[in-house]
Parts: sequence; structure tokens; C-alpha cells
Amino acid sequence: MSITEPESGGNIPVSPRSLLSSPMSFVEYAEFIQEGDVVIVFMGHDSMFPVKVQQGGQTQTRYGVIRHSTDLIGQRFGSKVTCSKGGWVYVLHPTPELWTLNLPHRTQILYTTDIANITMMLELKPGSVVCESGTGSGSLSHAILRTIAPSGHLYTVEFHQQRAEKAREEFHDHKAIGHAKAAMKKRGGRVCSFSPCIEQVQRTCAALAEQDFGEICTLEVLLRVFDVRAITLALPDLGEEDPLQADLETPSEGGAPATTNASASVICRTAMPPREMAGHTGYLTFATKSLV
Amino acid sequence: MANNVDDSSDAQYTIKEGDCVVLKRGDVFKAAQIQKNRKVIFEKQWFFLDNAVGELYGTAFEVVSGGTLQPKKPKLTESITEVKEAGIDNRNIVDDGRSQKLTRDDIEALKGQGLKGQDIVQQLVENSSSFRDKTEFAQEKYIKKKKKKYENTVTILKPSTRILAQMYHGREPGKICHLRYDSLAQMLTLGNIHAGSKVIVFETCAGLVLGAVMERMGGQGSVIQMYPGGGPVRGATDSFGFPEHFLRTLHHFPLCHTHALLAGRLSLDAPEPDAPPLGRSLESGDTDPAPQGTEETEMERETEEREKRREDKAQERKMKNEEKRKRLSDAAALLQPRNADGLVIASRLHPCPVLLPLLQFMAPSRPFVVYSQYREPLIECYTKLREQGGAINLRLSETWLRHYQVLPNRTHPVLLMSGGGGYILSGTTVTANPPKPTPHRESRSPPQNPTPPDPRPTPHRVQRSPPPNGSN
Repeated sequence: MSITEPESGGNIPVSPRSLLSSPMSFVEYAEFIQEGDVVIVFMGHDSMFPVKVQQGGQTQTRYGVIRHSTDLIGQRFGSKVTCSKGGWVYVLHPTPELWTLNLPHRTQILYTTDIANITMMLELKPGSVVCESGTGSGSLSHAILRTIAPSGHLYTVEFHQQRAEKAREEFHDHKAIGHAKAAMKKRGGRVCSFSPCIEQVQRTCAALAEQDFGEICTLEVLLRVFDVRAITLALPDLGEEDPLQADLETPSEGGAPATTNASASVICRTAMPPREMAGHTGYLTFATKSLV
Repeated sequence: MANNVDDSSDAQYTIKEGDCVVLKRGDVFKAAQIQKNRKVIFEKQWFFLDNAVGELYGTAFEVVSGGTLQPKKPKLTESITEVKEAGIDNRNIVDDGRSQKLTRDDIEALKGQGLKGQDIVQQLVENSSSFRDKTEFAQEKYIKKKKKKYENTVTILKPSTRILAQMYHGREPGKICHLRYDSLAQMLTLGNIHAGSKVIVFETCAGLVLGAVMERMGGQGSVIQMYPGGGPVRGATDSFGFPEHFLRTLHHFPLCHTHALLAGRLSLDAPEPDAPPLGRSLESGDTDPAPQGTEETEMERETEEREKRREDKAQERKMKNEEKRKRLSDAAALLQPRNADGLVIASRLHPCPVLLPLLQFMAPSRPFVVYSQYREPLIECYTKLREQGGAINLRLSETWLRHYQVLPNRTHPVLLMSGGGGYILSGTTVTANPPKPTPHRESRSPPQNPTPPDPRPTPHRVQRSPPPNGSN
């Protein structure tokens, strides 16, 4: 995947394609749910899904049925909706970030952490013109559109499924960089390449240098999500203390009730790193097209 | 469509007098403004930016004698020497400090002759007895090092969040609460900052976070900066060099009036926290030299003038207060409907007492982000929000950033990396109205509902209690 800022009508090896054919709005917030909207049904961190709202439509959840006409349409985004079995869910306005969490993982998708860095390092903002190759499931596309709207433009291309692998291989590296350079404004622009493999990074950097790109920079960003919880730590029983020593030590107790009771324990709030986490997504290589 | 974008933006790629720019040499940045005849000191070197006017952003300049900038032709910056001899390893390299035949004075003399950096490096290579014995890698490294030292290249860039965030993080991390640029990137994305929304910002990061939010909004929508103390701090915001119409979307509201506004008892006539007794001190300064006048008439005239000046000042102050009042009421009017689309907090103050009240200004189903250099205050925020409700999708996270050196056969992570870029708490607001009294609700699902299993049973109980926000 590579992203560039193309020159208007430039020699871009991709065809413009309307990505957001559905009327779901990632670009403008709405207050109330209307027919045709996409809402995110939120049941918990790892349990949410998008629903397209239709008059008379019904959605089954583990808490029972959500009836679109009565439970969704006209409700405020962010409301609590009680399902038929009595359990409740929240209905949320879609955002590119919630969308990314809910994507079917057909292809390798870009996650929010990488997307955030791509957006900033490419200096994307309202009005930017962006060319994306390797649309995939569109997680990045939605995020780009959100940022460059309303006046920007996104050109994005996906390869034919059957030829995807081969085409992808060809498209990467020096050829892609050459195309990218041709597509970019005379005034310069930024380019990003996301690749999981270091060999590809090496080829990309070599090609970038060859094409006189400047500020070539490769980095990797990982996300660590903490589990905030209260933990209970049992206090050890060290037996009776010498009265003199006890006087010296007890003043330092940190608010927790430390009785000398054998079954005493302390509750503390902590943030635990996950037992396992994504240790690698991909290397991000950025560069600036220097002035000709 | 893309055409329009290009045409209209053509002028903005040219450096103009008065522009805010960023100077760059290697990985070092410095914010500056283009002003005629103004000496700029950057990386122990002084020069004038006059010649940059009219050139394109991204142009590299060479500093020549007299501190003049000279645009460099991009194509001429390449290959330094044609030495194609190289050693196999470093067995013949001895560090005796004698391999360089040029002395410090020689080099200074070369500089005095007006030799350019590139030529000096060439001289250094030719006069180094050990250069030929160095391996190819070592030669490359040597040239790179010397180039850095003797080449006086400065690139002038257009300011952006990317550049300013890196600049502040590299030069003055203390001023921005050690907010690393990738953390800032997370905040902007997780906060869903985009054109047309209404965003509340509270920061003590020199205005960097505010500027980053404004850049993402492109001058469309509104930003309300909540500020502590006497007035909003916007040093870094100014360095973005935003066009005038961006500033019209920016409002500010003193944090100390937050509770009053929430309680509906904000008086717009309330004296500003920073109402300075400045006027009086200035006047007393004026009176000091007065007794020098000898003639009565002159004294009288002077008194009259002074009187008039005092009146003018009072008038000015009144206008200023009037404007302040208007700004306060404008900002209050934006906050009052409690329908903000975003909330971004990044400060050295404890985030909890700020976050909880400010959340009440937000519409439901909108993201918020809180940055802190430390983890513990965010744990507290998380816990409080879980207890009181009104926010879901809570996540405490940090990012880890590593740069790479990419070279044929020598690709590896850069030896030094940042130890930490701060912590971020993000979440989504939801309506806090009391749940409908469904009769069979209690018995069924709540125990397994949105809050993931927690060792304490409290969250579930609290979810059902009437939230403090009341119903909207």
C-alpha cells in the first residue's frame, strides 16, 4: 500500500472509485437516528456490530430483538436501547475507529494506531488530495475521507482478487514509487508505504532514494492497551511484631487498612498490560518529494 | 475538483514576508517568522531570511558569507568524492589524532576564503591519510559526519502538526508535557477530529494540541479552548501560521467559570480572573516625570493631556472589557447547548476534575481523549467514569515508537528510542438518562452487559443508579 498526494489529473495508475456508496456518514455527525443510517450496536468492548437501520427491520442480539422502527429510528445516537429480552445495548454513531474495530477481516487491515500515524505523518487535513493503493476492506479509506472532507479528494484502487497477490508484488517497490512520484504535485507532497516485511522496506527505501525523495524515515508503532482493574493483595502474616519496631514502621502505611489480622488484604487499582498483544503490524516508511 | 485545490493553493507554497516557517537542518527544527533584516540564530549560526521570500517551501538554502541565504540547486547536492579506494576492515586505522593534515586554522582559513561546506569536506577527505584505508561504510559515515559539521544548509518548511510536534518533542518536551508526536496522532484520530465539528480543548502544551486540532478542522466548525489561569496560552498555535479565518473559529473560556456555567449561574459581568491593575500602574509611571514642568500653563496643559490620556485609556479598557465579555458570552453560548462533538484534554493538571465536568458539555455518542504523562491519574479517571456512567468504550493505552535505520545489509532499529510517550484514556459518551423501568429487566442480562467482567460488582449496580447529569 502506498499513499501519495497526486497532482490534479496526474498520471495516476489507479481509477477513482466511490468508496462510500452507502449513506453512512463518517464525515458529519447526526444527532438522531434515521432510516438508512448505520449504527454501531455496542454491547461491550469486544462485542459490537454495525446495523443498517430500516423501517420495519429487526436485529437479533443476545439480549433479544431490536426493532428498528421503535427502538432506533428517532432515537438519539448514544442512547441505551432495551432489547426484547430485557437486556440493553448502546447505539452509537459510526466513526472510522469504531468501523475499523468492526470490519470483517477479509484482508489484512490497517488498525487505528497505524492509521493515526499515517494521517499525521502525511500531513492530511481538510482539502488534501490523496491516492491510496490497496484499498482492502477500506479501514484506512474511511479514516482518510473523514480527515480530508469536505473539500479533499481520495483516489483509491483495489486489485482484481485473483491477481491480487501478483499484482501487489509488482506494484510495490520501485515501480510504485516511480508512479507515486509522477502522480504527485510539482510542489512536493508526502508518501507513505506500509509493509509488514523488512525486505520490502529495504527495497522501498532504495527506490525512494533513487527517485530523490527526501526525509526518508521508517518507523514502527505498537499499541499497548491496559486493563484497568482492582486487584486484591493478601498481606502476609509475619507473626507478632516487636512493639518497638511496630512503632517505627506503622506510620508509613499508605491508607490501606493493614490490620495484623491473618486474613488481611489490600485492594489497589492498577493497569495491567495484556498477556499477549500485537507485537508487529507493519513498518511505516515516509518520505517527502523534494522540489524538482 | 482536484484542479481547484491545486490552483487556489499555489500561492500558499511560496514563502512570503510575515509567514511562520520552520527551519530544518538534519533532524533539528526551529520555528521562525520571515522578517526583513531580522537576524535568526539556528544551530549556532546566524543568518537572515530575506532571500527566502519568493522561493518555494521545501527549498534548501546554503548560508553564505554575511548570513545571506542562497537557494541550493537540488541536483547539485550529490556525490562528494570520487575516491573509489577502500579498506577491507579497520586493522590499519589508528586513532592517533594525526591522520587529518589540515589544522583547525587551515579549516578556518578555507572558510574565510568563502569555500562552501561541500568543498571543505572534499578538502578534509583529500587531506585525511586514513580515509583510503577506511571501509566503504566507514567512508560513508565519515563524509556524512563532516558534511553535517561543515555544510551550512537550512531547509525552510511550512509548519504542520507533524513538524511542530517533532520540533517541540525534540527541543522542549517539558513545554508539551512530554507528549510524543505519535501520542498526539492517536489523540487526533481517536478524538475523531474533523472539519465541521465542535471541539472542546483543554491543554497546557503551549498550544500545540490546540493547533493540531485546528489544523485537522481546516477552519471549519468551532474550537473552544478552556484555559486555566490568566489567559489562553497559544505560543505553538501561533507557529502554525493559520490564516485569519481559522482564528474566527477559535473561542476561549476560562476554566474557573466551568462550574458556574454548568450550574447556570454564570454572570457575564463577573470580573475576569486576569483583570489587570495594569492601567493604574502605567499612569503612576506617567506622573513621575511630570513635576519637571516649571511654567504654570505648561503644567495645566500637561494635566489636561494626562486627563485626556486617562480617559482614552479608560475608554480603551472599557472596549477591551466589552470585547472580553462578548468573547466569554460567545464561548458560553457554544458550550451551553451541551452538544460538543469532541473533547481533547492534555495537561499537567490532574485530569479527573477537568474531565468529569467537561464531559457534560458533550453530545452523546461522541469520542473524547485525555492525555497524561502519567498513568495513575488516568486510572482514576477510568475508575470514576465507570462508577458514574455516561461514558463507555473506555480504553487506557500507550504507544511504543521505534525508528529504523534502513540501509543495504545494515537495517536495524535505531540504537536509541524514546522510553515513553505518555498515556491516553479514550472513550465514547452516551446518554445518561435513567433507564426505562422495564419490569423484567432486573432479572435478565444486566450482569453480563456492556461493562466487561470486573472483580468488583459495583459497576453494574452503578449503571442503574440515576446518573448525575440528569436527563437531557
